[in-house]
Amino acid sequence: MTSRSLLAAFVATGVLAGSSAAAQDTIKIAYIDPLSGPGATVGEVGLKTFQFLAEELNAKGGAAGKKFEILPFDNKTNPQESLVQVQKAVDAGARIITQGNGSSVAAALTDWVTKYNERNPGKEVLYLNYAAVDPVLTNEKCSYWHFRWDANSDIKMEALTNYMKGQKDIKKVYLINQDYSFGQAVRKAAVEMLKAKRPDIQVVGDELHPLLKVTDFAPYIAKIKASGADTVITGNWSQDFALLLKAAADAGLQVNWFTYYAGGTGGPTSVKQTGLNHRVFAIQEGTANVDHAASQATEKTFREKFGSSILYPRAFNEMRMLAAAINKANSTDPTKIAPALEDMKVDVFTGGEGYMRKDDHQFFQPMYIVSLGDLGPKEPFDEEKTGWGWRTIARLDAKDTVVPTTCKMQRPS
Amino acid sequence: MSDAIATPGARTAAQTGIGRLAPWGVWIAAGVLLAALPLVFRSGTALTMLSLMGIAIIFALSYNMLLGQTGLLSFGHAVYYGLGAYFTVHAINWAIAAKLPIPLPIMPLVGGLAGLGFAILFGWVSTKRSGTAFAMISLGLAELVGSSSLILRSFFGGEEGVTTNRTKLLRLFDWNFGPQIQVYYLIAAWCLLSIALMYALTRTPFGRMCNAVRDNSERAQFVGYNPQVVRYIAFCLSGLFAGIAGGLTSINFELANAALFSAAQSGNVLLATFIGGAGHFVGPILGAVLVTYLQNMLSDVTEVWQLYFGLMFIATVMYAPGGLAGLIMMHGPIWRAGALGRLLAGYALLLGPMAMVTVGAVLVIEMMTHLGVRAAEGTTMKMGGISFDAKSWLPWALALILLVGGGGLARLAWGYLAGAWDRAEAVAREKGLTV
Amino acid sequence: MAELILISTLNGVLYGLLLFLMASGLTLIFSMMGVLNFAHASFYMLGAFLGFQISRWAGFWVALIVAPVLVGLVGALVERFGLRNVHRHGHVAELLFTFGLAFVIEELVQIVWGKSPVDFRTPTLLDFPAFTVFATNYPAYKLFMLVISVAIFVGLFLMLTRTRIGLIVQAALTHPHMVAHLGHNVPLVFMSVFGVGAALAGIAGVIAGPALVTQSSMAALLGPILFVVVVVGGLGSLQGALFASLLIGLLQTFAISINLSLSDLFVGSGFTPEPNTLLGDLWRVSVAQIAPILPYVLLILILVFKPTGLFGNRET
Repeated sequence: MTSRSLLAAFVATGVLAGSSAAAQDTIKIAYIDPLSGPGATVGEVGLKTFQFLAEELNAKGGAAGKKFEILPFDNKTNPQESLVQVQKAVDAGARIITQGNGSSVAAALTDWVTKYNERNPGKEVLYLNYAAVDPVLTNEKCSYWHFRWDANSDIKMEALTNYMKGQKDIKKVYLINQDYSFGQAVRKAAVEMLKAKRPDIQVVGDELHPLLKVTDFAPYIAKIKASGADTVITGNWSQDFALLLKAAADAGLQVNWFTYYAGGTGGPTSVKQTGLNHRVFAIQEGTANVDHAASQATEKTFREKFGSSILYPRAFNEMRMLAAAINKANSTDPTKIAPALEDMKVDVFTGGEGYMRKDDHQFFQPMYIVSLGDLGPKEPFDEEKTGWGWRTIARLDAKDTVVPTTCKMQRPS
Repeated sequence: MSDAIATPGARTAAQTGIGRLAPWGVWIAAGVLLAALPLVFRSGTALTMLSLMGIAIIFALSYNMLLGQTGLLSFGHAVYYGLGAYFTVHAINWAIAAKLPIPLPIMPLVGGLAGLGFAILFGWVSTKRSGTAFAMISLGLAELVGSSSLILRSFFGGEEGVTTNRTKLLRLFDWNFGPQIQVYYLIAAWCLLSIALMYALTRTPFGRMCNAVRDNSERAQFVGYNPQVVRYIAFCLSGLFAGIAGGLTSINFELANAALFSAAQSGNVLLATFIGGAGHFVGPILGAVLVTYLQNMLSDVTEVWQLYFGLMFIATVMYAPGGLAGLIMMHGPIWRAGALGRLLAGYALLLGPMAMVTVGAVLVIEMMTHLGVRAAEGTTMKMGGISFDAKSWLPWALALILLVGGGGLARLAWGYLAGAWDRAEAVAREKGLTV
Repeated sequence: MAELILISTLNGVLYGLLLFLMASGLTLIFSMMGVLNFAHASFYMLGAFLGFQISRWAGFWVALIVAPVLVGLVGALVERFGLRNVHRHGHVAELLFTFGLAFVIEELVQIVWGKSPVDFRTPTLLDFPAFTVFATNYPAYKLFMLVISVAIFVGLFLMLTRTRIGLIVQAALTHPHMVAHLGHNVPLVFMSVFGVGAALAGIAGVIAGPALVTQSSMAALLGPILFVVVVVGGLGSLQGALFASLLIGLLQTFAISINLSLSDLFVGSGFTPEPNTLLGDLWRVSVAQIAPILPYVLLILILVFKPTGLFGNRET
């Protein structure tokens, strides 16, 4: 057991015996994500990122005179478990929670936080979402207390289709996605946005397959081949991504892959295995190879310390903006941080301007279309020790990624 | 002849005053206990935990109606739990939208009826066979329902599930069920009611027939009962209570989602029931409390909590198939014979060596974890406040000594305990009490 | 159309044979001891990871021989010290024991190798397209898998029906006490069969590892399908397992290429349910969307109508 789990154990026993919150001299941020079970690889990287950021900010004095403290809570990627853990977090004195793995968890948390704040005035909790990308969280289910730093799937599709507008050699597009909310959101956005921006592009296939149940994608590859598509758009992740590409490589399918999660853990390894050199693209808010001195220096330090690349540049934006908002409001009370956060403009981690939209608490930032493959001369970083890294193919400013929102935010009076 | 028969009008001592209350004593005590618990454990986490335990107790008892009482091993019981949750959530949302004057405490009944309905629907097909075939059918059904819930978005709400607001229904006694303590009392009340009903079921002739079908279904057939009908009814009733548990969980979290159908959910209830003891009515209650507690607290302490769970499960299957309740009940006759003292010395002797073995095993497992996956974090680790390097030979040597030494001492102590048991059993037999 | 049918058939057969490779050991154990080994997929996973580790030190071909042997040994030990003790508590207890064992093996694999996928590559000797059909390549590795699956089937079949050991095993299946009376060491037979079953799972792991993703969640992903194969095929029947694997492989593969839904079938009826209702969802779900869960429908149908399985000769 590490000191962190021992800390968590003390926290847990303490709250069970009914003790009240610990001393208020640190700003406690509860990190609620999977730390065991299948999602743990990603959850642990996230935790390290936040701990790294807390240290960086504390070295500069923290915010409003207090230091940051990250409290880890393991939710095993289960929404109900997350609600138990957030209760523990609140008992431990945390008034800011952050989470990212799983939109189902995010939806449950944002609902809980809204109800809790309504029922417990004076004890409000703020929820900072760094990776859950289902658009509903800033549309139908938006909440005043929820802020999202990851470009949601609609924003990513907007960026991608804006890029595709100028690519005249794309004629036939095949969509293949996982059959659940995220995959369905991806395909819906793709169909609508392509129709609006490039009506000449033919969507020759629109496939939905059950989530994480398919072991052999060869039949799907056969369908893609039969359709004559030159480009495939997919939101698949984890093994659905890996097996899809494997099957494609096995069958010798020569298309371009526009993906959301080629950069996820295990993604670069599977892409390298298939040998698809610079044919697999991703839409991200930044990579290690973006030409920006400050972020590249941080990347270097991070890799030396943890042995993994910075998977969440957006976490850097989140924490830095949080510190700035606390300083601006000169308070750690969520009711005062929230108004300081919304409408905030910053210089994002990899350079360029980003801003938090007040209407729906969605952050907008420059997006990059990148491809994975052999490193060029100005690309110092590879991914997952494969020797392949990200090459920036296109960069879109924040203003070219904006999508409308249906959020009718209930603001506290 | 007892007085009761000789003089029908007179009352026997057992029927007067407190004596009349005695059979109900356990239930009253349970009610008082449930009401008093939140006064001892006050924090938000504790209340949430108690609420979860209450729900888990109902779920595990409903599962034991299948496993312990009728001998049906199901891997898909979470289907009825989940469907109960979904129907309750939709019912609450509908009642809010239509402004119906239905108070929240009645809502779990909707879940129960949903569970009952689907058990009636799926049950006939499921209970055609027992044993492994039944287990496989339950597994297949669980996979089907779980996958469908992601595809049929309109009813199941896709990945996010369906949320509700439990405070918007008609208020009783000015309780809006916003605070967790009020939800706890709701769950506690339903828990007590469900336990009472399920206990009552075990005392009916139907309950006894379930046991008969479990033990020897051929013989039951010869006596004149159709085993399939018995299993089917047990299955339906079990679905009813699983649905009630599902309804309560959807009220507790104000959420119903596809995770409720998962294999993990079905596996958990199996774990809880089995570890608690499927052979006794009280077993699942113990198991539910223990497993809920461990699941929530163990993951804070160690990353490999699933391994400990698996080992605990295997140990139970191999050495204590009667579960915790079985172990405790084993001591029943000994206690009644007044021979428990003899055993206590044996247990005391065994405690030390078993502790050594456990610490040694935990040390090995945690060190392996640090050397294996978490090597990137460096090999220093902390256990019990002492930090040391997992790579050095000292902790490994210590672990080895603990395991081997502790194991040897445990064997000796075990021999002594076995002798003490024999003597205690002899005493019990003399007094006519069977073990 | 012909292209679609040919390619689907090829893909279906390949996938089906992969399933058989994994399920062969399970059939053996199930037939032998009447207990459904929940940990079978875990032995498969163990084989894949051990194969990966050994192939890093000594190459794929050495791993192909050594890893299954190791897994077989683990299986034999599990039987000797675990299952045998649990046997007297009945079939349910055996099932539960293997259930707990699956948990433990998965966690141990996670401790040693982590939770991310590992880079288990196909051997360079087989890393080329063997033939091309309608512009789709079929890698030689897949043909290798096909050959091994068939070889295992033939080998097991001959062993069970033609050799003495096989006859003893078959007899012990239905009359263990009589076989024991005749002087055969039935516990040893049980242990060997379990070990061989585990070793078969190990071979499947080493071979399927590079083709699929080698990750600690692979057991949980593949476990349920294997049970479908064994139960549908029938107890005590190796041919049944082969037939069921091929049936499921073809069923799933062909279903994926069918994009029809109820709305397509009844397109002229004018019945159009609202898009976001339950009925609307059911109306619009296509066969391709539900293809991977069709095996479970098959499982339930078989268990209801023919509980001994398609080729089985014994009740579960």
